[in-house]
Amino acid sequence: MTTQLTATGKPPGATAPPAARPARRAGPRGHRPWTPWLYLLPALAVLGGLLVYPVYQLGLISFLEYTQAQVSGGEPTSFKGFGNYTALFADPQFWQVLLATVLFAAACVLTTLAVGCALAVLLTRVRALPRFVLMMAALGAWATPAITGSTVWVFLFDPDFGPVNKLLGLGDFSWTYGRYSAFALVLLEVVWCSFPFVMVTVYAGIKAIPSEVLEAAALDGASQWRIWRSVMAPVLRPILVVVTIQSIIWDFKVFTQIYVMTNGGGIAGQNLVLNVYAYQKAFASSQYSLGSAIGVVMLLILLAVTLVYLRLLRRQGEEL
Amino acid sequence: MTGFRVRRPGRLAAEAVTLLVAAAVAFPLYWMVLSAFKPAGEIQSTEPRPWTLSPSLDSFRRVFEQQDFGRYFLNSLIVAGTVVLASALIAFLAATAVTRFRFRFRTTLLIMFLVAQMVPVEALTIPLFFLMRDAGQLNTLGSLILPHIAFSLPFAIWMLRGFVKAVPEALEEQAQIDGASRTRFLWQILFPLVFPGLVATSVFSFISTWNDFLFAKSFLISDTSQSTLPMALLVFFKPDENDWGGIMAGSTVMTVPVLVFFVLVQRRLVSGLGGAVKD
Repeated sequence: MTTQLTATGKPPGATAPPAARPARRAGPRGHRPWTPWLYLLPALAVLGGLLVYPVYQLGLISFLEYTQAQVSGGEPTSFKGFGNYTALFADPQFWQVLLATVLFAAACVLTTLAVGCALAVLLTRVRALPRFVLMMAALGAWATPAITGSTVWVFLFDPDFGPVNKLLGLGDFSWTYGRYSAFALVLLEVVWCSFPFVMVTVYAGIKAIPSEVLEAAALDGASQWRIWRSVMAPVLRPILVVVTIQSIIWDFKVFTQIYVMTNGGGIAGQNLVLNVYAYQKAFASSQYSLGSAIGVVMLLILLAVTLVYLRLLRRQGEEL
Repeated sequence: MTGFRVRRPGRLAAEAVTLLVAAAVAFPLYWMVLSAFKPAGEIQSTEPRPWTLSPSLDSFRRVFEQQDFGRYFLNSLIVAGTVVLASALIAFLAATAVTRFRFRFRTTLLIMFLVAQMVPVEALTIPLFFLMRDAGQLNTLGSLILPHIAFSLPFAIWMLRGFVKAVPEALEEQAQIDGASRTRFLWQILFPLVFPGLVATSVFSFISTWNDFLFAKSFLISDTSQSTLPMALLVFFKPDENDWGGIMAGSTVMTVPVLVFFVLVQRRLVSGLGGAVKD
């Protein structure tokens, strides 16, 4: 067991294909071919009407001239082709917001994963009581609605009444005034409410590793880092893929935190991310078609992430 | 931990760090509740103290009297409750279909559910706004309920799949031999068995619906009696000076029910996540 472990660096069976399942029957007795479709009907109806159709509409609006005049019916809608997209891509603010979105999301994802994984490992090293206390605190942060989390964090960092500035001796430094400090503040809130998902999921994954394997590695004199890298990380890889992708998707779409904490995108829009930018374009300045074009750009980026995810799943040999 | 030995001083240090981290993580929530109970003078103090000697309910009173918070709370509860129940039932049926039957397009459907999870719902605010307007649903709770059912379904189906799969096929055969109809098997055998999975899934749909701010802000434009909690909270933000006491009291009212719900289901949630990832 021990030699096998150190030789391959993986516990036996960790990446082995799932045990062969008993061959499935073509269908249970008395199963009519339309039964599964009957079960799927409500889901497909809801998804078709409220997800697929709106996606189609989004794409359509992005090719139209669609502003307040058209919405109120004052003017007929006209087809603009790629006009909205050329206008969007010619706007330097769009590129600036896109870059900010990607960098901000990347920073959030990396910090969340690092904090979540580190704490998950920490949880495995302590007795039940401290573990329970941290679990409960994390559950609290997780359960906090985005809007209340945002208001509380802004209050904590308030230049006049917040305890953080007092504690750090920052005087009346305003966190939301500067571009980077405002992004940093939002990042802290985002990490605070999203690391628990990573921590709990990775912790569940570590618990699923047989303890003999870890014990054997420790007996062989492997360092903590080595155990993590050679034993735990390979087993946890599928889980890490899931939490990474989920984090990318969540953090790329942050809306409430930015909107509430930086009051709609910061001073002169310095803290805009794509979501808030699209919202402001569409609902604040009634440029629905431009807002939709931004939406389509977001959709395409997330679709690309999804394709990468699907490839990773395929490579892991997951049976769909 | 499962019996893998850690030297004592190391463990004590790890435990101290754990408790410190827990305190830091819990601090924002503590500060929220504390500030909700602080009298106005202390909240406006430039020397914030982490305790209060004269707790007061003034902020809560203001929230419930000036703002129709009870009404908003009920609205939020109706929206989230309906979404949780409807999406759990619909997802259960769909997950059963894609795991216990073999049929054409099954894999295609699964991939579509996966892709659907990634659709940035925020980007759909614009077309949904027009859809709701054309359906005459603007300013109704329905305009929040319907989209949220749709958005929680793909993730719910994806997650429940593992739970339905884990129920042995032999059980189904046995039920058939015993003469149970398919419907009876579905509701009396399969449903109770995957219930823990449904709980874990419901937590996610509950949270995302309870949190919703964007749709409420976009679809409930004029009728404030249909507002939900996140919108109500914004009223306390004022251009000149924020009513922090009111904001913190409102936040407390909005957060505590979710916390209670989380604590109640936490075991199921953790094992549910474990179940989903082990799959």
